[in-house]
This record gives sequence, structure tokens and C-alpha cells, in this order.
Amino acid sequence: MTGRDGKREANIQELDRVTIRFAGDSGDGMQLAGLQFTNTSAAFGNDVSTMPDFPAEIRAPAGSIPGVSAFQVSFSSYDIHTPGDEPDVLVAMNPAALQAHLADVPKGGTIIVNTDEFNEVNLRKAAYETNPLDNGTLAGYRVIKVPISSMNARALKDAGLDTRQIDRSKNLFALGLMYWLFDRPLEPTLRWIEAKFSKNPLVAQANATTLKAGYNFGETAELFPVHYRVPKADLAPGRYRNITGNEATALGFLTAAHLTGKTLFYGSYPITPASDILQELARFKNFGVKTFQAEDEIAAIGAAIGAAFGGNLGLTGTSGPGLALKSEALGLAVMVELPIVVAAVQRSGPSTGMPTKTDQADLLQAMFGRNGECPVAVVAPATPSECFDMAVEAFRIALTHMVPVIFLSDGYLGAGSEPWLLPDIQDLPRIETTHPTDPATFKPYARDPETLARPWAIPGTPGLEHRIGGLEKDDITGNVSYDGENHDRMVRYRQEKVDRIANDIPPVEVVGDEAGGQLLVLGWGGTYGAILSAVQRARARGLSVSCAHLRHLNPFPPNLGPLLSRFDQVLVAELNLGQLRLLVRAKFLVDAQGLNKVTGRPFLIREIEEKINSMVKAEVSVR
Amino acid sequence: MTSGAPRAPETPHVPLARKDFVSDQEVRWCPGCGDYSILAQTQKLMPDLGIPREKIVFISGIGCSSRLPYYMNTYGFHSIHGRAPTIATGLKASRPDLQVWVVTGDGDALSIGGNHILHILRRNVDVVIVLFNNRIYGLTKGQYSPTSELGKRTKSSPLGTIDYPLNPLSVALGAEATFVARSLDIDVHHLISTLDRAAHHKGTSFVEVYQNCNVYNDGAFMEFADKAVRPDRTIQLEHGKPLIFGKDRDQGIRLNGTTAEIVHLGNGVTEADLLVHDETRPDPAVAGILARLQWPQFPVPMGVLRAVQRPTYDDLMEEQIQQAVSRQGKGDLAALLAEGDTWTVG
Ligand SMILES: Cc1ncc(C[n+]2csc(CCOP(=O)(O)OP(=O)(O)O)c2C)c(N)n1
Ligand code: SF4
Ligand SMILES: [Mg+2]
Repeated sequence: MTGRDGKREANIQELDRVTIRFAGDSGDGMQLAGLQFTNTSAAFGNDVSTMPDFPAEIRAPAGSIPGVSAFQVSFSSYDIHTPGDEPDVLVAMNPAALQAHLADVPKGGTIIVNTDEFNEVNLRKAAYETNPLDNGTLAGYRVIKVPISSMNARALKDAGLDTRQIDRSKNLFALGLMYWLFDRPLEPTLRWIEAKFSKNPLVAQANATTLKAGYNFGETAELFPVHYRVPKADLAPGRYRNITGNEATALGFLTAAHLTGKTLFYGSYPITPASDILQELARFKNFGVKTFQAEDEIAAIGAAIGAAFGGNLGLTGTSGPGLALKSEALGLAVMVELPIVVAAVQRSGPSTGMPTKTDQADLLQAMFGRNGECPVAVVAPATPSECFDMAVEAFRIALTHMVPVIFLSDGYLGAGSEPWLLPDIQDLPRIETTHPTDPATFKPYARDPETLARPWAIPGTPGLEHRIGGLEKDDITGNVSYDGENHDRMVRYRQEKVDRIANDIPPVEVVGDEAGGQLLVLGWGGTYGAILSAVQRARARGLSVSCAHLRHLNPFPPNLGPLLSRFDQVLVAELNLGQLRLLVRAKFLVDAQGLNKVTGRPFLIREIEEKINSMVKAEVSVR
Repeated sequence: MTSGAPRAPETPHVPLARKDFVSDQEVRWCPGCGDYSILAQTQKLMPDLGIPREKIVFISGIGCSSRLPYYMNTYGFHSIHGRAPTIATGLKASRPDLQVWVVTGDGDALSIGGNHILHILRRNVDVVIVLFNNRIYGLTKGQYSPTSELGKRTKSSPLGTIDYPLNPLSVALGAEATFVARSLDIDVHHLISTLDRAAHHKGTSFVEVYQNCNVYNDGAFMEFADKAVRPDRTIQLEHGKPLIFGKDRDQGIRLNGTTAEIVHLGNGVTEADLLVHDETRPDPAVAGILARLQWPQFPVPMGVLRAVQRPTYDDLMEEQIQQAVSRQGKGDLAALLAEGDTWTVG
């Protein structure tokens, strides 16, 4: 917890940023508690950033360490970019949650434990030989012991529910307690309870009762000498909502359809962490969206290609293993030059890897994972809300240039959330598409002189009957051709077509010194917040460090090469073993260094800051 | 949002002829290949369907058979090995106004594309699938296929195959396809009338065509398909008629429990004892018994084994959208973006 001025009024202390981690068994409702805390804080006016951490198993044995589910939320009175390096407060609903998360809490941090669950059986499941509440494990932390389960049960003894139902409300008791501790209003959650359980008034009543009981307990129990207030943040004016990356992605694709006036067709096969996109889009039937849960990832992209052939927005979505399966069909899309978008939400690989953990190790797969010379445009959002903009951008590029585009997100962005300043639909530029109709002038593989895009002639147009396919095409006519010279020309066209997208994308922006300096930290994707925060801190200490974040990875923005050359050193920070670094070195012949990790977790700000410190020394000021 | 082709200058409506469906591409199959006949019957059928040329799309995978779209003067898509059903599903589901054909081979449909075939059939996407079964990999020059007979010696099975073959009709019936038929490349009248039936069926139509690969598996079907022996060694299925075959129409198929047996008419056996063919049985079990009749134990059934009605995938998809619109109203994007808790700053 960072206190700005530590001002004390009565016993309320003002802080400018707090990070809380709710952790419990996967049946304990920690995601729900975290999300409610987030929405309440966002609606209150704080900036927020969240990171859920789910177990891979659907229901690992209750009380076990693999069964622990956690949700971290950071909220602040200023603009923040990450869910916080480490929690200031850990809410541990059982011994396994404490065991799994204690190491992340810095000494001096606050730990709120549900003492009721610290019995012999649960301690054993959590691999504690003796009770950590009594054996000194928690020395140096501020430990608040609360019998959450039994207090919840007492609050609900007359609620008319059975013991199991009552026990399921204990997350709301804990939430109520946190609302008191951080001086949040109860109303948003009370409203949510009312709406959510409108068909079940007993449960609604019980949840509201225990939420209030938790709050009142905080007020009366005198466990906490003070409670805290985090004032509103100074955000840009406008209307906001809290949104996850995957939700923003789905809305972005829907908006792209709106901006083109075309039907969105989404083919997908369920896979963590991309399934949310399918589930979201499936809700939008009244927008005319067609969702197709395919038999596998190959069928999903095949159907998207079929939809695009028919003149619709062909979209497919998956994660790394599914992207691998789509390779051959992506090659087909490159050959037939139809516009499709492939959304790939990365997770830890290789193979099945760690499905619920994040990673950025599919960049080279997106760039090169196909047979033949097979360039595909790649874009990557940097924050959860930016998934919306980059989803629209992916289709804008695909449709303008008649190319497949990979939208490369990651699990951290997909599940993480932040406030989103709602765009005004009227202000978004329309995406223009045309379909030829004139048989006298139509040639299937004639090209637009500027973009090299071929015409998008669609079935149903009289006189334009033509055949496309995966065999090499004759320039202009599109007939099958085995001519070597023609093949050479077509391979170069397809590459040139992707290269020319560079003329149509914004330059990469520099935070810091546009004119150059000692170090540029280059990143892409979900590492944005951590890199930006680290660079801001380093600059505040007077270091000559800047950062730039790529949203367009193929092709690169045209100003990237000159930009890199203006810095003495370049550091590429990414959650892989150096994939962007490989590309940047090859393309620009710069001696870029790497900061790499593949733990399945995002960078901490501190990790990047330490690397910066090792590369740049403060200039000795001789004044 | 709209789908469908842009409006084009009005074209005068003249009845089309076979030549209107012949593309300008040179046909490149081996001389004598059964594919020529299937192409010819397909082109001949097209004008009779009364569908404008621009509304017809042929989609194929990879194989000799899958070259067919290049020779049709319609829209066409020669895709990748085994995946034609996926592209057809996406196209038909997003453009129900088109008539979509899938052309595939025994390897394309039942080996690499086996998964997709099952799923397009069970979903009942309104397309016609024509599977050219030559019981061999033609394009890759003669390896055995999933329909090659057990023990067959080919380039990749010099000692004979040890893979038990798939029966395409059993596969289709297993997926509860709504239209399942079999025809023969050299029986041109039967072929065109079977394709015609398939084209008029609403839902996925699955037609297996026995096709001779005269280079790598010549005469694969001749033992029963040769004109001289065909009446005795095949049986023509006709809806509502008893199963009779033979040059002299003196033999029939009778069901003994779930077992089929050949009986000779006369000596107390009459037509009334025979199985009467009913394409419309909801349960595919009897069609399944017919699908498994094989030469030399039985005459080979030809014609339509099954033709039943079930809602199509593309119609159901449209319906759900219409229902959602009438229930929730047409989507309001600005309202959707602002869904849930929102707050205003400044
Ligand atoms: C992914 C992939 N694997 C293998 C091939 C090679 N291949 C092309 S066609 C074919 C078999 C075709 O057999 P079938 O479907 O029976 O068609 P036919 O040539 O007999 O008409 C194979 C294995 C390919 N084109 N693509
Ligand atoms: S290889 Fe066989 S199937 Fe292929 S074209 Fe030649 S004869 Fe026909
Ligand atoms: Mg074959």
C-alpha cells in the first residue's frame, strides 16, 4: 500500500494505490468476490486493473493446493497499468490458499485468514505439518484472524437455507469485510445480488445479509486500527465500464461487422483461454452474428474461409495448439487471398503446456508457422480494453488488403480487466469494401496498384463465375499455373502485399525521448503495463530510458528501424525466450538484448526495473 | 447487416444448356478415367436444376476427383485435402441462397477428412456431397485407400493391406445422414438421376459413386458392374418396391430377423415375402443392412438407400437469429457496449 501523505482523519487513512488478492478453494467464489470488488471500485472512480488466476482443473479436490483459485485487483487514485507486482492484502480462505500465495506477499503485508478452515484435515491437504497461524510462519506480517465460515453461518442461521447453501455465501462475508476496510459502498453489489438472484429471493436475501454482516463486523470488531480510503483517479472524462480483454475482443469484432455492414461469421473450437470469445459472440444472435462451434480447429478456420468466400467477415479464434492445427488452412487463405481474421489467445506451451497460464511464445508461430513462403499480417493488443481497437484494426487490414490477419492476444490480457472509456460508434471510421460486378473487366487475380489486393468477387454475382484454390495461380487470370517464373512473381506479390500494409498503419510511439537516448525498452502485447510502469519509474529517477510498444508485428511500423538506431541500447522484454528480439535483430541488425521469462505469469514492474538498472547507470551530474 | 451478392446488371434469362456449365479449362484426367463420366453427368444435370449459374458453387478437397470444380463453369473452390466440408459449411451457413456441392474422393472424405464428413452429415448442412470412390489414392499414384479391400496389394502394401476397409454408406448412415445413395460412373442414366435426386433433397445429400481408376485400380468394380453381369450382381433400389434382382427378376432379398438372405421366387416364395424398400424409414437400421450387402455374397445395392427430412443446419441457424431478433429486438451496438455497470467521469 502506498500512502501519499498518510493523512489521518478520524481513523481513516488515505492511500493512492492498493492491491488485494482474494484466494480460496475453487468452490469458494473468489472470482466473484474479486470481480465485485473491482466493479465497485471502478464505479467509485478508481483506476483498476485485475488478474484472475484459475486452477487448470475444473474441480481439483476441495482444500488442495491445485484447487486454489485467486483474483488480484489493484485500485488507485492515479492512472495504473498493471494489477500490481505483489498484493498488499491477501485474503486466504483456507490453508491451501495461504500456502499457495504467501510467498507473493511482501513482509509487512496484511493477511486476512479464515481461521475456521485451519483444521487438521485442511492443513494436511495444504502440506502444513503444523498450523502456520501458530508456528511463526506469519511473523512479520499483519495477520487478521477472522472465523469467516462460522460468522457467515451465524449471520444466516435463520435464512431458511441448508448448511451447504449457507456456506457458499461466505465469500460475500469476506467481501463485506473488505468493503469496510477500504471504505467502499455496498450498493453496487447489493444491486447486483438483487438482479442475479431475482428468481431466488431466499438466496438473494442471504447474500445481502452476509455482505452487510461482514461490513458491520469490520466496523465493530476493532480488529483494524484504521481503515483506508483510495480517492478517485483522474481519468479522462467520459463514460466507462470495466471490461476483460476477451469481452473487448468479441465486441471489437462485432463492431467491425457493424462498420462494414457485413455479417460476422465466427467458427471456433473451445480452448482455454479463447473460449470466452465464442461464448460472448454466441450471445449476439440478435446482431445477426453467426457462431459455429466446429468439430475441430481446422473445421473452424475452413468455415471462416468459406464465409469469407461468400462475402462475409470470416473469423476464427483459438489458442496456440489450435493455431498449429490451422496452419495449413491459413496457407490456403494466403493463396486464395481472402480476408479472414484468426484470433489467437496465447497460453503457456508447448503442447498442452499450462492452459490457464499466460505466455507470448506463439509470435514466431504466427509469423512463420506454415509451409512455403507464407506471410500473414499480425497485430497484437497491449491492454484488455485495447483488444477492442485491435480487433477492429485486424479486420480493417484484412478487408483493405485482402489478406488473412492474426490477432495475437494472450491469456493475461484475455482474462484481465480494466476500465474502458466507451467509444462513440458514430465516430469510428467505416471500413469500406467493394465487390466487382462487371464481367467485362473482371480478372480474379488482377491487383489494386496501391495495395496489390485482388478483387473480392463473390458467388451470386452473374458473369463472374471463377475458380480459386490452393494450387499456384497464374498472375491476373487466376488459372492453375506450374510455371516457375509465375510462381516466383506470385510469391513476391504475396510478400509485397503484406509489406505494403506498413504504408497504412500508425507509427510506433515512444514514451520518453523521441530523439533517442541510452536505452529503449521494446515490447509487444500484454507486457505493456509493466514495461511502461518500469520505464516511468526509471525516468522519475532521472535515467535516460524510453519505451515503445508494438501493436503491429507484421509488418512493423515503418518508423521502427530509425527509432531503434537512435538509442545506444535496445532491450526487448517479452514472455518467451526472445522471439521479437530475433525478428528485430534479423530485420534491423541491432544488438538488442532480452529480458525473458516463461513462468506463466506476467512481468512484475520490479523485474523490468531491475534489468533497466543493470543496463543504464544514472549520469553523474557535474553541475 | 446483409449478405448476398451485389446487384449486377440484369442478365437476360435464357435457358441454360450443358455447354454453359463447361469451363474453359482443359480437362486433365487420364484418358478413360471414370471421372469424365461423372463430370459429364454433372454438367448435363445443371441446366435442369433451373438454378442460375452464379448461384452454384463446387467445393472440393485434394485428389484427382477434387479437380472437378475447375471444369465447371460455376463458382468453384479447390481447397485442401479433406477440408471441403468445412468450407462448404461456412459458405452455406453464411450464404443460404447458394447451392453448394462438395466433390471428394475416398481418401479425401474418409481418411484425412473423416472427421469433417461425419459432422457435416450429422448437422445436415444443405449441400450435396459426391464421393468418387475408386478404392485407391489416384493423385498420389496408387497407394491403398480406406476403402481398399482387405489384403489388396498396392504400391504401399506389397504384401497386401492389413487395414479393414470402411464402407462409405455405413459411415454416412452411422452419422444419420438424411440422404444416402450409391451410383456407378458407367451407368450414366442411373448416375444423372441419382445426382438429380440428391440435388433436390433438402439437407446433406451423400452420394457414393463407384469410379474406375483405370491407371491404379482398373476394373475394381467390374466383377459386378460390367453390363453383362450387372442385373445379376447388383440390385436397383426403388422406393415402395420389393427387392428383386436378376436378369430374369427371379431372385429377391428377404429379412430373416436382422439378417438379409437371398431367396428364389417360386416354390412357395412370393414377392410378399421380400423386403420392401422404404427410403423414408426414420431408423437407419434397415438401410444399414442394405449398405452392408456386398459382392460376391450378395448383389450390390444401387440407388437411394435413405431419404428423410430433418431441419437443416443453415435453416436452424437463420431461425435462431430471427427468433433472437423478435425476442430481444434488433441489436443496438451502443447499448451493448455500455452493458453492465458503467460510470461517468468528468
Ligand atoms: C495434407 C496433405 N496430405 C497429403 C496430400 C497428398 N495427397 C493428395 S491427394 C491424396 C489422396 C487422394 O485420394 P482420393 O481422395 O481417394 O482421391 P483420388 O485421387 O483417388 O480421386 C493424397 C494423400 C495432400 N495433398 N495434402
Ligand atoms: S490416376 Fe486414376 S483416378 Fe486419377 S485421373 Fe488417372 S485414372 Fe483417374
Ligand atoms: Mg480415390
